[in-house]
Amino acid sequence: MRSRDIYSLIFILLIAGIALSIVFAPEGRWLFNRDVSVRLGLDLRGGIQVLLRAAEPVERSVMQTAAGVIERRINGLGVAESVVQLSGNDRIIVEIPGIDNPEQAIETLRGTGKLEFIDTKGEFLTPGTIVRTTGSPNPVALRPTATVTGTEEITPTVPEGPIYESITDGKDLDLNSVQPPQIAGQSLTNQFAVPFAFTGESARRLEQFTAANIQRPMCIVLDNQVFSCPVVQAALIGGRGEITTSTRQDAEQIYTQLKYGALPVPLQVESSRTVSASLGQGSVDASIVAGLVGLLTVALFMILFYRLPGFLATVALLLYTVISFALYQLIPVTLTLPGIAGFILSIGVAVDANVLIFARLKEELRRGRSLNASIDAAFVEAWPAIRDSSVATLITCTILFMFGNTFGVSLIKGFALTLGLGILLSLFTAMVVTRTFLHVINPLPFAQNPWLYELKDAPGMRHAREAA
Amino acid sequence: MDKLVKLRYWWFTLSLVIIIPGLVSLAIFGLRLGIDFSGGALWDIQFVERAPGQLDTERIRAIFAAQGFEGALVQLTESQVDGRTVASAVVRTRSLSETDPETQRQRVLSALSAEYGTVNQQALQSVGATVSAESTRSAVIAVIAACVAILVYLTLAFRRAPHPVRYGICAILAMIHDVLLVLGVASILGVVIGMEVDALFLTALLTVISFSVHDTIVVFDRIRENLVNRRPTETFDDIVNHSIVQTLPRSVNTQLTTFFTLMALILFGGESIRNLVLILLIGLVSGTYSSIFNAAQLLVVWENREWSRWFRRSAPPGAEAPAA
Repeated sequence: MRSRDIYSLIFILLIAGIALSIVFAPEGRWLFNRDVSVRLGLDLRGGIQVLLRAAEPVERSVMQTAAGVIERRINGLGVAESVVQLSGNDRIIVEIPGIDNPEQAIETLRGTGKLEFIDTKGEFLTPGTIVRTTGSPNPVALRPTATVTGTEEITPTVPEGPIYESITDGKDLDLNSVQPPQIAGQSLTNQFAVPFAFTGESARRLEQFTAANIQRPMCIVLDNQVFSCPVVQAALIGGRGEITTSTRQDAEQIYTQLKYGALPVPLQVESSRTVSASLGQGSVDASIVAGLVGLLTVALFMILFYRLPGFLATVALLLYTVISFALYQLIPVTLTLPGIAGFILSIGVAVDANVLIFARLKEELRRGRSLNASIDAAFVEAWPAIRDSSVATLITCTILFMFGNTFGVSLIKGFALTLGLGILLSLFTAMVVTRTFLHVINPLPFAQNPWLYELKDAPGMRHAREAA
Repeated sequence: MDKLVKLRYWWFTLSLVIIIPGLVSLAIFGLRLGIDFSGGALWDIQFVERAPGQLDTERIRAIFAAQGFEGALVQLTESQVDGRTVASAVVRTRSLSETDPETQRQRVLSALSAEYGTVNQQALQSVGATVSAESTRSAVIAVIAACVAILVYLTLAFRRAPHPVRYGICAILAMIHDVLLVLGVASILGVVIGMEVDALFLTALLTVISFSVHDTIVVFDRIRENLVNRRPTETFDDIVNHSIVQTLPRSVNTQLTTFFTLMALILFGGESIRNLVLILLIGLVSGTYSSIFNAAQLLVVWENREWSRWFRRSAPPGAEAPAA
């Protein structure tokens, strides 16, 4: 055995060890507490994918704001791994996996945001707390998220009535009155103010409340989530006032929330996909069985047909499987049904590289070369075919992946990703792993047996045995 | 085995015989487009209180029609709940309303459960018209882009061989053979078993394209190598024949292993990807066939410039079969 092969073997074992530690990481946590749990796509764990489109032509920046609002609301639903992304100029893709009632969730997302001033009877609520208000007694939100650590103060407000009574109704907010932050007053300490005004009944109630509650807190609630609890400085005559903060950043944030707390544009559900969790689980079970059966038959075929090299290739194939899943978990790749099909198909590609090499190996052995020389020659000669065919498949994968970004067919992306990864990885397992294995067993006496390579006679091996 | 190249016009005829029925079906019936490309909604509903065979297609159609979904296509299937087999239905309708899909959905489900007891909505997909039109456009672009990219790469990869462009074009011709076959089969299956062409079908088609080229490259690689080590007595026909014979075991074995994995997917992989796998299976067999019996043979046709002889009275030398 050459020292190069020893280094390769150590390298392979190291990779195998790392891959195994990722696949079997306790509680899906790996080094540096990295989350390496298996991500299942909507079709496997249930959930919804929906394409929302602006009902009227809008600027891209407006859609970005809308996406931000939706994201905040989804976080409020308490689901992990949701996706909110802009697609083109007027579309938003939303994916919410693993929730029980996806349709209602979508309705919540599309609904208009609710800005309320509530009366807390002097209590300061932690920003981010989800509260019930008289205006919205049954919030869908379950979990607090995004908190604002502002030092906002509100000038005029008036709380009154029972705890968490809504003083204003979000729909009475005059959006035209909400202006970008300005430097407040003549004070030298830089203060920023966001002006706002309510109209109608809300304005009257706000004036009453603030007049009666000077120097007491009043909380600003957006979609049932406490945004901040500033202290009322003076009565808000005519429901008109401003929120002051000490940093421009906070002021900008408040401005956006006030102005766009409601969706800046009505959204329509252009397309949607819903899959129940039970259907997803059924697919997972079926895929596991299919994968195992596929792997087993291929292994059996390889060993029966190619004997010793086939056995080594099977070991390499197992390693291939483990590394694949480790990569899926590390990157992470969200596994979908077509994604799994792509993986199982890539097993075929991985085997093909080995088949090409073994065919060459046999030819070389038949020509009377020694096993060692045959191994090297086989790899050199098989390489152009493996390279060219892999590149051709990678080209298709790249095109599939780019094309898969279009909403209607986003499932394709998973397929392209797993197949593409599989092809790159199979280059490694075939060209490095199988080769190293062959070189490692080469000096062992039992390996110099033509039968193991489905040959009647290999002159090169005879010489090796006689020499030994 | 040494007559593989001699019989080339037989192989071309065989390909035509297999492809033509599909093309006829394609011309008459076209493809049965799924909601990804034509727009619409697909409901997968489980009737927990009904055993398979206790449902009536017409009744379900009527219920959907009463809720504003006229002309629904209903397909009865079965599914498992807690180890029991119960009735299921896959219903295709026009797409849901863009402004209030939730009300529509609930109305349909409550109408169904009023008639059949508890129902579970297993899956529901709705694709609007704009999205489906965009998907169709992207699909066509994707297929064309894949062809062009592969042609360019093959020409580069075979630049050392004489006439590199030939290899690319012959590989693409073999690929078109596979694409036509798959499209034809999809059209026939659409008529016979109602199979729809959806995003997954497109995935299968593009995979067939790449695997077809994969197979062709393996054969071409041998030809390239054997041309370098050419003996003076060898004709181009001999080299191609020789190369095919040398790569045949590999072609058969790779085909077998892929066949095994795909069979495993068909048998155990679940209903939703069965069509994908079926198309892959047909396409991959066709891909291997076309790489050996079309792509490599076309190189010979090109090398000998046989087309100049096709329209003369005598049969082309070396071809015992009637000219195409």
